[in-house]
Amino acid sequence: MTTSGYAESIAAAPPRARRKLPRWWFAAALFLVLFALSLLESVTGADDLVSRGTVAATLIAVVPIMLAGLGGLWSERAGVVNIGLEGMMILGTWGAGYFGYHYGAWAGVAGAIVMGMLGGLVHAIATVIFGVDHIISGVAINIIALGAVQYLASLTFVGLPGGGQTQSPKIEDVPSINITFLGDFFGDIVDKNIFFVSQTAAVAQALVTNLSWLVVISMLLLVVTWFVLWRTSFGLRLRSCGESPSAAESLGVHVLRYKFVAVLISGGLAGLAGGFLAMVASSNYRDGQTGGRGYIGLAAMIFGNWRPGGLLAGSGLFGYSETLGLRAGGDSVHALLLAVAVLAIAAAVWQARQQQQRAAVITGVVAVALGALYFAIDEVPSDFSTMTPYVVTLLVLAFASQRLRMPAADGQVYRKGSAG
Amino acid sequence: MTKARLTRLGLGVASAVLALLAAFAITSLVLIAAGDPVGEVWGQLLSWPEQRNWTNIINNATVLFLSGLAVAVSFRMNLFNIGVDGQYRVAAFTAAVVAGEAWLPGYLNTALAIVCAMAVGAIWAGIAGVLRATRGVSEVISTIMLNAIATSLVAYLLRQVAVREEGSNSLGTKQIPEGSRIGGIPFGDFEIYGFIVIAAIFGFAFWFVLNRTRFGFDLRATGQSTTAAVASGVSVKKMTVATMMISGAIAGLVGLPILFGDAYTYGSTFQSGLGFAGIAIALLGRNNPIGIALGALLFAYLDEQSNPLQILVGVSPDIVAITQGVIVLTVVISYELVRRYGVRLEQREVARALASDRSDKTQEVSA
Repeated sequence: MTTSGYAESIAAAPPRARRKLPRWWFAAALFLVLFALSLLESVTGADDLVSRGTVAATLIAVVPIMLAGLGGLWSERAGVVNIGLEGMMILGTWGAGYFGYHYGAWAGVAGAIVMGMLGGLVHAIATVIFGVDHIISGVAINIIALGAVQYLASLTFVGLPGGGQTQSPKIEDVPSINITFLGDFFGDIVDKNIFFVSQTAAVAQALVTNLSWLVVISMLLLVVTWFVLWRTSFGLRLRSCGESPSAAESLGVHVLRYKFVAVLISGGLAGLAGGFLAMVASSNYRDGQTGGRGYIGLAAMIFGNWRPGGLLAGSGLFGYSETLGLRAGGDSVHALLLAVAVLAIAAAVWQARQQQQRAAVITGVVAVALGALYFAIDEVPSDFSTMTPYVVTLLVLAFASQRLRMPAADGQVYRKGSAG
Repeated sequence: MTKARLTRLGLGVASAVLALLAAFAITSLVLIAAGDPVGEVWGQLLSWPEQRNWTNIINNATVLFLSGLAVAVSFRMNLFNIGVDGQYRVAAFTAAVVAGEAWLPGYLNTALAIVCAMAVGAIWAGIAGVLRATRGVSEVISTIMLNAIATSLVAYLLRQVAVREEGSNSLGTKQIPEGSRIGGIPFGDFEIYGFIVIAAIFGFAFWFVLNRTRFGFDLRATGQSTTAAVASGVSVKKMTVATMMISGAIAGLVGLPILFGDAYTYGSTFQSGLGFAGIAIALLGRNNPIGIALGALLFAYLDEQSNPLQILVGVSPDIVAITQGVIVLTVVISYELVRRYGVRLEQREVARALASDRSDKTQEVSA
């Protein structure tokens, strides 16, 4: 398994404390991660941990996971579990392929959102109106969506230039941001190879070179989600539907209406995630393009404790490990092993000081095993970096579940008038 | 059979029929909206299969039946084993390796491989069970994660043990020796998987254990009311782990009919996605072995009959995937609607009985 400083910053939160993380924790965590990775680069000699290419690829990998997670956040905050995210993403990939090819890039984006919302509509009708179990409905949507896009693809893409049963023709690119003189400036700093400074410059360079507008919009959506859900009365009401729907209804909130809207938005965001995969991460719709990212998005949301900031941290971690795995990252992932081992030692010491002897021993053993593994092998097989997000999520669920708190009425079917 | 039981059976059949009709109607609407020939599609789907097709249908139904059974065990205890997909792949891979190594002769080898597959399936599902029982982790999330981990793990292990067949690009485990394969049952000019016998035995055992033993009673009781189960002395944690492991053990069998009856090796092209079909089939069959068997036959029938759609009428066979997914939704909705109707029917019946009872008494008094 691998992890970066994201996990550390979360683990560093004091136990059972109600003390909240300061506002700037995210910036601090980012800084720490960057510093740790720079240190790791110079210690292990792995040179692709923070290159411009890695950072750019990470951004591309993070955004669909984050958007899917945001979709999950909207619906689960309103109390509807959405494991149909994967299916809604799949619908989005086709929407982007079809509308993007025929009507241009931004129509593709809109098409992806609309197709995702269609999936959300089915989920909303089934769970909110008919009171179907949320998991069953989600599974059904995943089955339907997979069949539907394959059916639609053979209906719409066969016979088009470059299109076929399993892929769409090439879609027009979404415009991207390019600030050449800044890019060159940062590029020079990167070449100077100064510890930490060069790595920071690589990040900055990636942010001004070929940065798709869709990446920027997606990040804005995260901020907007946070603002709407936690800073407006609409958001408060929506969250109250996920915490205690009967109390909300007794205060005059239209619980079902809020749930319905939340699931629709959830579908739209998941659809956009699929569209991003088709239009930015690649340049056409392809069969099986989502590759389970809907589930990873769900995992990132749980990892992030049903909060936008944590969700971003989770998607960052998963996206980064995915990127390293793809960029012939056996070497990079190997270097990360060392970092995890050091982190585990730190955690063991900390646990020992907290009088948690048994936990400390276990963590210590894990740390030693990881360290031994680091020196025993030269490269981590790519299959293991693929499974990293899932293993990390399982571990987080297993060991930090006391600190996770999902919306109290999440997953429960609510029938109108239950408030009595 | 009492009248009440007859009514209940009738309602059960009616709700399944209602669900199927609704799903067919929705599929037809999709076809119409897409401008595909609706009549010809149904003409092909509902035409009488030839013997060769029947063989395929029965074989696929055997596999789907086991998958549905595995999911149904967990459903009975109100657990969601979404992880049958991962469990059967890990298990089938294990069975292929064990059987391919052939440490034991003949059918002993087969038996060992089957036991190993069930054990591995049980352990893989048991992880989710233990996490649920000890740490309160939702089994839905953990089995989804375990599915993905299984995919990577099997891919990695396959590359470690794989032998490349001559003239083929696909990786696979060692071929299972001929003496350890499970022969087919003759069916006209064709053969049905011999594994169908084992599947039927498990179907019977499923019914017997759940409905005729103390353990099955505890399991169903825990599923319906945790508090009642605890009050009668059932350890919910133990039941959770046990149920997940049984579910996983049955899931371990899912890939075996194919392995021992057809493929003889586990390769990168081994059939996947059987677990999710199992969820749909368990729901359709209302967690009852006979219902699951019928559901499995229906799904296998749709799959087989849709194959020639592309050639015959130029429609993608994926249309039946939409039908199958929609069935999951309509089944749940129609069961709920019919259940409410049944409750109302019962209330009316009771009210009438009470009323006539009372009027009898009044007559007696006045007389």
